[in-house]
Amino acid sequence: MIAVEELTVRFGGVTPIDSMTVSFTDGTCGLIGPNGAGKTTFFNVLSGFVRPASGSITAFDRDLLSMADYRRARWGLRRTFQTEQAIEQLSVYENVAMIHEHSRTQRSSRRRAVLGALEFVGLAAGSDEKVGTLSARDRRLVEVARAVVGEPRLILLDEPAAGMPEEETLHLADVIRRIPENVGALTILVDHDMSLVSSCCTTTAVLDFGKLIALGPTSEVLRDEHVIRAYLGTEEVEAEA
Amino acid sequence: MNAGGAPSEARASLSLPERRPTAGTIVRGGVIAVLLAFVLAGLPPLLSVYWLDVLTAVAIYSVVALGLNLLVGRVGLVSLGQIAILALGAWVAARLDFATSLPFPIVLLATGVITAVLGVIVGLPALRVSGLYLALITLMLAGAITIVLNSTNFPNGGGGFLGHTESSFGSGGIRRPSIAVSDQAYYRYAVVLAALMFVLALLHVRSKPGRAWAAIRQSEPAALAAGVNVTLYKLWAFALAAFITGIAGGILGGSSGKLFVTQFTTQGSIILLAVVLMGGVFSLWGALAAGVLLQLLPALLNDWGAPPDLLTVIFGVGVLQVLVTAPEGLVVQVPRDLATLGRFLLRLGRRAASLLGGAQ
Repeated sequence: MIAVEELTVRFGGVTPIDSMTVSFTDGTCGLIGPNGAGKTTFFNVLSGFVRPASGSITAFDRDLLSMADYRRARWGLRRTFQTEQAIEQLSVYENVAMIHEHSRTQRSSRRRAVLGALEFVGLAAGSDEKVGTLSARDRRLVEVARAVVGEPRLILLDEPAAGMPEEETLHLADVIRRIPENVGALTILVDHDMSLVSSCCTTTAVLDFGKLIALGPTSEVLRDEHVIRAYLGTEEVEAEA
Repeated sequence: MNAGGAPSEARASLSLPERRPTAGTIVRGGVIAVLLAFVLAGLPPLLSVYWLDVLTAVAIYSVVALGLNLLVGRVGLVSLGQIAILALGAWVAARLDFATSLPFPIVLLATGVITAVLGVIVGLPALRVSGLYLALITLMLAGAITIVLNSTNFPNGGGGFLGHTESSFGSGGIRRPSIAVSDQAYYRYAVVLAALMFVLALLHVRSKPGRAWAAIRQSEPAALAAGVNVTLYKLWAFALAAFITGIAGGILGGSSGKLFVTQFTTQGSIILLAVVLMGGVFSLWGALAAGVLLQLLPALLNDWGAPPDLLTVIFGVGVLQVLVTAPEGLVVQVPRDLATLGRFLLRLGRRAASLLGGAQ
């Protein structure tokens, strides 16, 4: 359970997030919106890279904003990046193991947990291969394995399927769908691929110009008139007319 | 959710492959052991005092190069102040030597620790700046340290830790450890210590700090998101680099018994970076190659009667060559090119043989 209250972020004269109040309870939740809606900024606030001007975030009874950025991983926050960030110099195993060694979990469970995470995402590449030599798809999967290892509480996936062919997106969707049951973490998925969002997420929130414009069961939200307008940009046209 | 974060119960019964050293690791370890044995036992009787001295310097400067190799190759921090750190190490060791009668290994260890603390202070700017700006700041610090050394008649032969005599030129005699008084024994002592520093570096690279550094090198936000305390691990890298550089400084003092300001120029730090890049920053072997380039090559040129300025030209062309054609450095490039040459010669030999066969 994560509760966001009146969150506002300002960069100079721009307000990418404008008094946003939303809560995500459990399972996998979608977060969608047109480009520039504030989705990645919201993730950056959760990661601690961006300090909000005001507002509060309570995640599983902890005040997330008062926690130092690097401590949030130990607490149980994981994220993937729009441009995948698996560590090229390290092997697949080391990539996942380094997340585990900065988590709350016991060292003795590391090898089992890392191999389990690699099997969970269905990575075919050998665990001793350098990530720098892997295909784009396999790197994504390594990044997802990094996100699920070490008993995470909250997983943020930032456009994990960006640039992926459809078949690979289907595999990724299958992995993401299995996260709540197998990993037990609350997952927030940002993506522009609506079929991915609707196949993975029970609830979905919609941001537009930093404001929450819809929240509810995914199928209803995707039919919502305001949401369709925000995506097609007709609201502005009407306003001008 | 089961313990250990394994995503399903089925994982608990998964049989885990044992992590055993592979055949390659064993062979590599064997080769290194044989090489080290040769360098320690086989080589010294064959060499004159001059060449022993040169090889002792190779061992010492390999360790200095190792410090910079770690900073640049593993963490992505460019420091242009490493020779100044070496001077600090040499100074601390010499002064401890003058002031106390502590055994040499204790002096070295204390020097390493003190230099590590100083290295952390030099590394503080790295928390805010990186790349060119960090290089510039560390270069300025190196320059400042050189000025202080010059004006205080470094390291000064007066008694006690801060003893001062205006008249002394260079330092008084710095003692060697009692087990390594002869040149041969001191050479072996330096090689063993250098090998220990390489092991220390390897242990870091292969474990938690090494993985954290790799993450920092690629992307600081990604490292933070992975739970890496970027501040801590950057300072740790500076501390480790300064620790081993400080120990190298301590060995340096004992090797000649004297220290001079002219050994620690500001431009020396720039040349060190060039040579470390030439050797290769992505492998620890690159540091050994850098030590050879920095100390053995000038001695060879001198022996052959070549002009000393040639060295600067060689380093300039060398670093350009490496950066353009093989960013991994000479330790990767030379074996690769030799293998290509070998295959070429083999093909040539076969073709010649078949031509000869056809002619018959």
